[in-house]
Amino acid sequence: MPTESEVKERIEQALPGSEATVTDLTGTGDHLRAEVVYAGFAKLSRIEQHRLVYDVFGDEIGGPIHALSLKTSTGSET
Amino acid sequence: MTAEEMRQQIEAAIREERVMLFMKGTPEQPRCGFSARVTAMLNALGVDYAAMDILPDPQIRQELSAVSNWPTIPQLFINGELVGGCDIVTEMFESGELAGALGVKQPEINGASGGDAAPAAGQPLPLHPPT
Repeated sequence: MPTESEVKERIEQALPGSEATVTDLTGTGDHLRAEVVYAGFAKLSRIEQHRLVYDVFGDEIGGPIHALSLKTSTGSET
Repeated sequence: MTAEEMRQQIEAAIREERVMLFMKGTPEQPRCGFSARVTAMLNALGVDYAAMDILPDPQIRQELSAVSNWPTIPQLFINGELVGGCDIVTEMFESGELAGALGVKQPEINGASGGDAAPAAGQPLPLHPPT
């Protein structure tokens, strides 16, 4: 089960220039929330933005990462 | 049921139901906090929707994710299009976009009168009810 900092690192590595803030919603490590700011999200729909982040983890979502709640933004939104 | 039949059933539900929710548990008895939250929002908007419980057979989730290219549950479809999971639906509910997409009026969510308004995003929900 990846830790919060591992999840943060993997998102930031996969999406260059992004900034991820990862929190553990339950304290048990299996319900994580990631707030991701990434300029590359511009012009993508929310669905596509979330898919980009989910794709970093592939099959781990629903497996070792039981749940990953997402909030995405481009950083230029108010 | 074969995987192929299951996939066809999922695709038919997405195509035929105007508002289709794939969830853990049922609208009456959600088995996960994220599914519970989406049903609460749909209920607050007063829309009719169809729901499929993905828990009885792991293959349902597998086929659904293959069809939708979306890894998590719940998944909400409107007019055959994937709207998103709990996070996106919550954002759209709070901004009024969800009401717009469903063609209904945005309810008063901050009213002190109670009613069946959906829980706020920050409000902790039991993610999995005790079994």
